[in-house]
Amino acid sequence: MKKARLIGAAIVGFGMTLTAAAYAEDEVRSGYYWATEETKAMQDDDFANPGFIWVESGSEHWTKVEGDAGKACQSCHENAEKSMVGVANKYPKYREDMGKLQNVEQRINECRTKFMKAKAFKWESEPMLALTTYVRHQSKGLPVEVDIDGPARKFYEAGKAFYNERRGQLDMACKHCHQDNAGGILRANVLTQGQSNGFPTYRLKWNKIGSLHRRFRGCNKQVRSKPFAYGADEYVNLELFLNHRGTGLKIETPAVRN
Amino acid sequence: MAKARLKVPKKAKKGDIITVKSLISHPMETGQRKDKKGNKIPRKIINNVVCNYNGKKVLESNWAPAISANPYLAFNLRASESGTVEVIWTDDDGSKTTQSAKITVS
Ligand code: HEC
Ligand code: HEC
Repeated sequence: MKKARLIGAAIVGFGMTLTAAAYAEDEVRSGYYWATEETKAMQDDDFANPGFIWVESGSEHWTKVEGDAGKACQSCHENAEKSMVGVANKYPKYREDMGKLQNVEQRINECRTKFMKAKAFKWESEPMLALTTYVRHQSKGLPVEVDIDGPARKFYEAGKAFYNERRGQLDMACKHCHQDNAGGILRANVLTQGQSNGFPTYRLKWNKIGSLHRRFRGCNKQVRSKPFAYGADEYVNLELFLNHRGTGLKIETPAVRN
Repeated sequence: MAKARLKVPKKAKKGDIITVKSLISHPMETGQRKDKKGNKIPRKIINNVVCNYNGKKVLESNWAPAISANPYLAFNLRASESGTVEVIWTDDDGSKTTQSAKITVS
């Protein structure tokens, strides 16, 4: 807290360059660090945190039988509070049979279509958000640790290139906001490092929980560039890069942000 | 569909001040926003919340459109006797959502 105030003073005094310099390049910080005290308190109280509406709803979907195979998630994975601990913090993962990465939403839909013989969920639908939140929540407090070696490397590099590439009418890259200016002010927002560890995140502006890809689309649109589709390879590669960039941060799902 | 949560301490000593926490999932649509076509989105909010303690009203609150979506309400209550704490949320359309919890007072 003391440090945050000090940096605040630096912004007033010397402009944004100093703010950025106040953060060593390799210092990773969750968006939580820059959140207001009220937002932090809301996130920290499992009861007041509205993201838990989706955690609870996810636990109901988990036991619900759906599809022609007559199965629920629970039929195979039993108790999520045991079987899903330490799963989502390692995603996206390289899938040899697919020749590319797969993230949590895509893994859930694979289980639905292949094993349950049920229809795939739409990306930003209530049941998909609820199940993803529920599954990611089981890793809350565990460090993000994705594998970028071997065959995953190529996809990591593609994600990194995307991150550093200028795009849109404003001709800006992710890094211009979230790396060079983290801690600075953009209109009414305090810029953070744009970390992924709290997703799906309850955003006060959205009045609901939203996926990481929704956030990617929003940040693309902000610089007036055409967003990619939910689940596009470009976004899954970016997700791997971003998660790796946040190595050491702990999963906060469901985080609360403004 | 509104989903509601209510948290009341399971046990308390007589005379203790306890904190009741409640949260309901609700869009709290203000009635002042427009959709993509420019049509007004009709107002739909929770306009009234009541808390009953063993059937006796201990809190009533009228809500207005400025209250956020998924509203959280916490308040204090003096534990006087064992029984039920019940919270009732009333929607603009007249529908009610009720949640209750038991408390043992010794
Ligand atoms: C018929 C059995 C079956 C059902 C039903 C099923 N799954 Fe799976 N699931 C699997 C198998 C098999 C795997 C692959 C396990 C592995 O890779 O080690 C898997 C893997 C997963 C993984 C990744 C686990 C890991 O360690 O990487 C997640 C997450 C998951 N399932 C979620 C779900 C959800 C959510 C549902 C319900 C919508 C569901 N599954 C339904 C069989 C099932
Ligand atoms: C013009 C500046 C700008 C650019 C460029 C930008 N963002 Fe953002 N981004 C924001 C703002 C503002 C927020 C909300 C405040 C914050 O967390 O920084 C945000 C939030 C985020 C968050 C949520 C952080 C959290 O803690 O919940 C992620 C993740 C993110 N951005 C990723 C990206 C990615 C990936 C790119 C490149 C595709 C990108 N952003 C490009 C401005 C930008």
